[in-house]
Amino acid sequence: MSFAREAGRAIRSTLVLWVITALIYPLVMVAFGQIAFPFQANGSILTNAQGQPIGSALIGQPFTSDRYFKSRPSTTSYSTADPTKDEAGVLKTGISGASNLAPSNPDLLKRIQETTAQLKQAGIQPTADLVYTSGSSLDPHITPQGARAQIARVARIRRLQPNQLEGLINQNTESRFLGIFGEPGVNVLKLNLALDALNS
Amino acid sequence: MLQGWIQIALTLMIVVAITPFFGQYMARVFMGQRTFLDPVLNPLDRAIFLLSGMRSREEMTGWQYSRAVLYSNLAMLMFIYLIFMLQGVLPFNPTGLRAPSWDLALHTAISFVTNTNQQHYSGETTYSYFSQFAALGFMMFTSAATGIAVAIAFIRGLTGRPLGNFYVDLTQAITRILLPISMVAALVFIAAGMPETLSGPAIVPTLDNPAVSQAIARGPVAHFEIIKELGENGGGFFGINSAHPFENPNGLTNLIELVAILSIPTSLIITYGIFANNLKQAWLVYSIPLAILVGFIVIAAIGEYQGNPAVNALLGSEAPNLEGKEVRFGWAQSALFAVFTTASMCGAVNSLHDSLMPNGGFVTLSNMFLQIVFGGQGTGTAYLFAYLILAVFVTGLMVGRTPEFLGRKIEKQEVVLASFLILLVHPIAILIPAAITLTFPEQLAGISNPGFHGLSQVIYEYASAAANNGSGLEGLGDATLWWNLSTSFSLLAGRYIPIVALLLLADNMSRKQPVPATAGTLRTDTGLFTGVTAGVILILGALTFFPVLALGPVAEAFQIAKGIG
Repeated sequence: MSFAREAGRAIRSTLVLWVITALIYPLVMVAFGQIAFPFQANGSILTNAQGQPIGSALIGQPFTSDRYFKSRPSTTSYSTADPTKDEAGVLKTGISGASNLAPSNPDLLKRIQETTAQLKQAGIQPTADLVYTSGSSLDPHITPQGARAQIARVARIRRLQPNQLEGLINQNTESRFLGIFGEPGVNVLKLNLALDALNS
Repeated sequence: MLQGWIQIALTLMIVVAITPFFGQYMARVFMGQRTFLDPVLNPLDRAIFLLSGMRSREEMTGWQYSRAVLYSNLAMLMFIYLIFMLQGVLPFNPTGLRAPSWDLALHTAISFVTNTNQQHYSGETTYSYFSQFAALGFMMFTSAATGIAVAIAFIRGLTGRPLGNFYVDLTQAITRILLPISMVAALVFIAAGMPETLSGPAIVPTLDNPAVSQAIARGPVAHFEIIKELGENGGGFFGINSAHPFENPNGLTNLIELVAILSIPTSLIITYGIFANNLKQAWLVYSIPLAILVGFIVIAAIGEYQGNPAVNALLGSEAPNLEGKEVRFGWAQSALFAVFTTASMCGAVNSLHDSLMPNGGFVTLSNMFLQIVFGGQGTGTAYLFAYLILAVFVTGLMVGRTPEFLGRKIEKQEVVLASFLILLVHPIAILIPAAITLTFPEQLAGISNPGFHGLSQVIYEYASAAANNGSGLEGLGDATLWWNLSTSFSLLAGRYIPIVALLLLADNMSRKQPVPATAGTLRTDTGLFTGVTAGVILILGALTFFPVLALGPVAEAFQIAKGIG
């Protein structure tokens, strides 16, 4: 077979398969998602009473003030930035990332020492999820133990009963798939939204 | 702890349970038998063949098949490189991204055309939606289908059939295997929470401090996600891959991703059994990678469950290592994913491998050195049978008989091809560039973790490239000209030299006169022969790399046991 014929067949089959797998397939799926599951297909965006977007049910947010349950430490501060001084362009695209620190890296140990001290100062008994940074830096969850360790602090500041908070934690715990696969996690953003709703 | 092991065992059982059905389905597709999708797909196939200018579907020889692979892959490579460089003016670019540097675009194009998906970039900040779905998503189908086609041609040759026609196999792998499964699973993924949109990132004020805003990156993720796993591609839509809540929101999606990762390489062994009309041998062969896989999972999972002793001392309790892990996956699903993804050459990650305990580092590296713990899409199965041929040769030498496999004599040329493609290419593509890089640690390496782990970072990057895996120890500063070009060498050598060698080997085998089996024939479908094969795999595959394993993860384990700092 001649070179020209072989090359021609390679190019033509590339283009035909491209139209099917790279144009028709994705665009049909986008259309399906937008029609059948618009909430999920657009990023599970939560809105407030006025219909303004306030976050995503699947993406965590940073919480530093004492009025809220803390989320896990994040290397990107949950893809957040101050809009007035966002030189890195975080808000242009959104980012994700991880520490990539090896277990043998002394920097990891140093960072965890600092985090542990901060947590103890805030009256929280450190748990593994609260001292280790997450994989995506956007982890929406903390473990139920990590949430319970924070009950006393939040209850004191908000003047709430600890058992009320226990109930909120249980309501906002997302369980394993079929009770088997994965680990239960407390959705911190939803938990804190529920806290605010309780106080108002 | 028990709960974690139950999850792992059930996932493995699901993987094993679907292989006979899927393997049989693939055999029917490539033997040209009727399948239930025929009424819809026959007209589609005919249209594709007509438009691609394939009036005749001639049988190809090994060389013709190899040339078709190379020509088509080259055409695709140039096509997607063009899309990357023009993404600034192409549509579906809501964040206004400009073209990446030439070497990054070249590395990405080579990495995706070779079914590797090694990423020296972060998806959110580098490639537009169009580049992602029209270039990267395209290669996810065609590179996976290329691997399946080569495996099928190899199986045909081994069982004495003509090799077939590459373009027919490529098309049918897409229309009858990859695309239908992807469409169904993508629907489930969207329902389970993955975005599938062309809108740009959502900007919201944060609850704790409304003066600070959060950018929620999104895009057409769900359809991309399933072919990423099913095709052993592994390139994440977002920088952080399947750890990102949008790429893997819950236990359901994680389970589907895990099963998809191993489904094709496991099932292809059964497909072989049907072609060879010897299912017993297929299941015996199947047991080798399965046993290694189970052993590796146990090693990695124990490491993550026990956690980092230095951190546990600070916490005052035993806790799993959660650095670089998501709460919803925990130690069990993270360790399982890490082993699956490196065993199968997928390369997607749901936890960060740089932060795995040394057990995990040992196992993930070993998977990529062996390349047959089910292995890459199609190629893993073919490597496994190449090892079988070598085992036949070795046992033939032991008992002093002419080695035969499936009634065909194994002669000099077959042994040269099998040993060259297994024994030589892989270490050359990993160890030589790694040695050069480590000679200039300051200028070239970009190591981010000190000590023994730094060596692992460099070796891992080349092993991942040469094995066409694509995962990485991502702390490594690999977005440089040196890394882009040197790993491109490993990517190409690790992909195309073995493919051509496999096809020539298959061609040789298919041309041999079958020798009738006699009482003196060495049977290859026995437990004893399977055991010998496993020994050959471990000796030939693993010993070559044992020194780097000893200096990397093993030494790091001793370092941690002694105490850090």
